[in-house]
Amino acid sequence: MDLLNAFVALANFVLIPGLAYGSQLALGALGVTLVYGILRFSNFAHGDTMAFGTMAVILITWWFQSIGIHLGPLPTALLALPFGIAITAAVMIFTDRTVYRFYRKKKSDPVILVMVSLGVMFIMNGVVRFIIGPDDQSFADGERFLISARTFKQMTGLQEALAIRTSTAITVVTAVLVVAVLFWFLNKTRTGKSMRAFSDNEDLALLSGINPERVVIVTWLIVAALTTIAGTLYGLDKSFKPFTYFQLLLPFFAAAIVGGLGNPVGAIAGGFVIAFSEVTVTYAWKKVATYTLPESMAPDGLLQLLSTDYKFAVSFGILLIVLLFKPTGLFQGKSV
Amino acid sequence: MKKLLLASAATALVAGAALAGSHSKEVKVGIVLGFTGPLESITPGMAAGAELAIAEINAAGGVIDGTMVTPVRGDSTCVDAAAATAAAERLVTSEGVAAIMGADCSGVTGAILQNVARPNGIAMISPSATSPALSTAEDDGLFFRTAPSDARQGVVMTEILGERGIKEVAVTYTNNDYGKGLADSFQAAFEAAGGKVTLSAAHEDGKADYSAEVGALAAAGGEILVVAGYIDQGGSGVIRAALDSGAFSTFMLPDGMVGTGLEERFGAELNGSFGQHPGTDSNGAAAFQAAAAAAGFDGTQAFAPESYDAAALIALAMQAAGSTNAKDWSSKVMDLANAPGEPILPGELAKAIQLIKEGKDIDYVGASAVELIGPGESAGNYREIEFKDGKISTVKYR
Repeated sequence: MDLLNAFVALANFVLIPGLAYGSQLALGALGVTLVYGILRFSNFAHGDTMAFGTMAVILITWWFQSIGIHLGPLPTALLALPFGIAITAAVMIFTDRTVYRFYRKKKSDPVILVMVSLGVMFIMNGVVRFIIGPDDQSFADGERFLISARTFKQMTGLQEALAIRTSTAITVVTAVLVVAVLFWFLNKTRTGKSMRAFSDNEDLALLSGINPERVVIVTWLIVAALTTIAGTLYGLDKSFKPFTYFQLLLPFFAAAIVGGLGNPVGAIAGGFVIAFSEVTVTYAWKKVATYTLPESMAPDGLLQLLSTDYKFAVSFGILLIVLLFKPTGLFQGKSV
Repeated sequence: MKKLLLASAATALVAGAALAGSHSKEVKVGIVLGFTGPLESITPGMAAGAELAIAEINAAGGVIDGTMVTPVRGDSTCVDAAAATAAAERLVTSEGVAAIMGADCSGVTGAILQNVARPNGIAMISPSATSPALSTAEDDGLFFRTAPSDARQGVVMTEILGERGIKEVAVTYTNNDYGKGLADSFQAAFEAAGGKVTLSAAHEDGKADYSAEVGALAAAGGEILVVAGYIDQGGSGVIRAALDSGAFSTFMLPDGMVGTGLEERFGAELNGSFGQHPGTDSNGAAAFQAAAAAAGFDGTQAFAPESYDAAALIALAMQAAGSTNAKDWSSKVMDLANAPGEPILPGELAKAIQLIKEGKDIDYVGASAVELIGPGESAGNYREIEFKDGKISTVKYR
């Protein structure tokens, strides 16, 4: 019984939040890694693109809610998602046409493109704050819980509670679906294969008649979809605030680099590595230890390695370790 | 050359005096509150309270033989000391305010006191800064507050928990002067009374997700969670995460957390949670609420009565000193607020001015039963509240 309690406590505060956060990071890191692999620069505007996409979804969700369209137990935001993706895709293609293409044609160094993306980041940042404001916005509706803490306790009679929120479940399911579709697209379709060829060797790809502009546009479309989905899931699960989306840039890059930049499998693995490290290092293990250890060894302290304030330090630390000892990342991406 | 300089200096002096003369029939009072930021949902009520008092003074013919009081608002942001200092500096230098009603949060109040009020010799009365550190701050006699210090709130919280038979609590506080001050004074009082604080952990405002913080608090355990935070910021985020994960179901809500925003956000989920904020059931409170309702705002909002009292005290002290200069009137505040004298309730400011003119003593009771002690802070009356059916209801006053 004690072991079961320990497991439930662990699941409630570490496994489930880590799984949801990892899925969100994986989707974000996939976008970063795709841009790096195909367009060959680190896109600093990624976090704010995510904020922009989520904002589009939120505005449409509010409009749906106001005219009475609902998805029953599921959040209305899921219905608004395709529209949000379309708007974000349009904005990203517009940005590419007006900004990135100019530097691509000139064959600028990657570092110049990075600086350009920093400029795009600031503009996106301002646009989002201008349209929706800097504050928290809530747009989640539908059932809050799949299993609430109270029902779980009544069902099982355990001391510890396990709560599964609808948004958490949706996050994990959506992430799995999106990743499956993306890998199918990259590995099985003609366009996907041409993207991989372009990423592996640009010159050979051009020789074999692949249209580079088409590859670029498809990449931006996929990135728009990934960021909007990641942002909406994060917003549903936690809350939407432009500044926190900007802050997500660090864990995204950490995840992409840990997994190996340019490698989609690596991005997913990296997302979960970062998420679980952040959660486990800052979790206070006292409760779990009290249940599992014999009474005489029960700890007095909290058994917390780092205070929760240092969450971001964890991703930064892992990033440094990986760059020092395995610069190509866990899954042999490109070295930075 | 020397003559020219002298002459221009003299002209400037005369011009200055003339300017001062033309302004003598108006005195400006700065209302510096966090109209944006983590207290933005309660500051409109606070400003309305202060402006109600000023309107009442003006309806009675102003202070010192017909000088009308004009309120000027400034935004303290509650959290950004630099922005608050700039706002107060602007009020003092370009608007020429003679007094400041504010600020609201403890950190920015301390910053304005040291950077603006003391250098410029402007007195300020804060309706809601409750950090114990302000009791001992250097103030040149220019700082008062109609809110009690949190050292007192810590004792009241201990009493409430004692009556409810709660022995073990976890504490989380917003990482600033207010949160830390309250958490420390509560912990000291609670442990002195034999209670146990399992963990006192800070949370940062403005995060998307507080499940990690709640995870640590849940691991430490405790019968309830004391949330010494802000209602429009991390405080609500912590409660959301704690409810969602089933870590805590009952919360103690100190003054920064009591507001209608909680009812909208959580409703019945908070049933059984309790807390306290400065308040009183004196006749003054009822009179103030009636006046507030007539003026079109909710007089039961946290710190609205204290704001009314702060503004009223500023005006009455000016009347008593016969001067709008802070050096003259700040020494009168304590006399006016305390016995002996004729008790003054909200709506009786005209009578108070009349009594002062006649040279009689008054004892300003006001909307929050003001009684200033020690370094010029309220002795402290609290309203104990509890969530019932998703609404905040009064348990009793203490």
